[in-house]
Amino acid sequence: MGHDHPQYIGHTKTYVVIWLLLLGLTGITITVAGMHLGAFSMLASLLIASIKASLVLWFFMHLKYEEKLFKYMFLIPVATLTVVIALTFSDIWYR
Amino acid sequence: MKHRDYIGAKLGMWLFLFTEILLFGGLFLLYAVYRSVYSREFHLAALGLSTTLGAINTIVLLTSSLTMALSIAVLRQGNKNASIACQAITIVLGLAFLVNKYFEWSGHIHEGIYPDSPALLSRSHGEILFYGLYYVMTGLHGIHVIIGMVAIAIMASLTYRGAVSAENFNKLENTGLYWHLVDVIWIYLFPLFYLIT
Repeated sequence: MGHDHPQYIGHTKTYVVIWLLLLGLTGITITVAGMHLGAFSMLASLLIASIKASLVLWFFMHLKYEEKLFKYMFLIPVATLTVVIALTFSDIWYR
Repeated sequence: MKHRDYIGAKLGMWLFLFTEILLFGGLFLLYAVYRSVYSREFHLAALGLSTTLGAINTIVLLTSSLTMALSIAVLRQGNKNASIACQAITIVLGLAFLVNKYFEWSGHIHEGIYPDSPALLSRSHGEILFYGLYYVMTGLHGIHVIIGMVAIAIMASLTYRGAVSAENFNKLENTGLYWHLVDVIWIYLFPLFYLIT
């Protein structure tokens, strides 16, 4: 019964720090959007959004503390979407 | 003694979340294609959205993810009441998000911009696509917020009754996973609809 839940190490402080980071990154992405970066604007927003998403996945969704299986499994939808998006744009861009 | 499969249950939830990622992923792909084809019109249409309301909603959901994560942490540390409080705050934040959305949508509808409206149809093709995607994607996301709030309310009741506890918290954890994904989806929706320059 006990082997399923090892001694719990509290993550409360970590969660608050991550939350503050997320708020900061939100501020950054809004500021960057106000700068005229042209083509880089979309890349920058996607990059910052991905950092925020990674923080939520890694810490709030506990992926950092899970078994390797979960970490590897998550790559499946990521890889699927990457392939689908790449294939779609390889079509769209050359029409 | 009921047999529990903690890892299996968590795995099941992650697999379901993968289907959600692919569901919204498909919609994001649609958005990406039409934005690349109609970049000027998307920029034009996006001016009609309030960056402030979008930013407030982002902060609301990020904070709700914090309170959701905390609800599990404090429960595992033995504090049942704090956990129920955190779950309640998460629901309230979800409600705040929906109220905000209501103001946004009613603002657009009042201006005559809604799917198939004459005012919208008189605009350029790209703008029509933008608002079509806006209503579908934020609408589908909003439905997920409602589902999440209901799930958390059920968890709060189970926590109160002791059916969810420090020894048996997997249902709450899985509900948390669902809620965080709803947050992650918004993390992408926000810049793509509200921060187009």
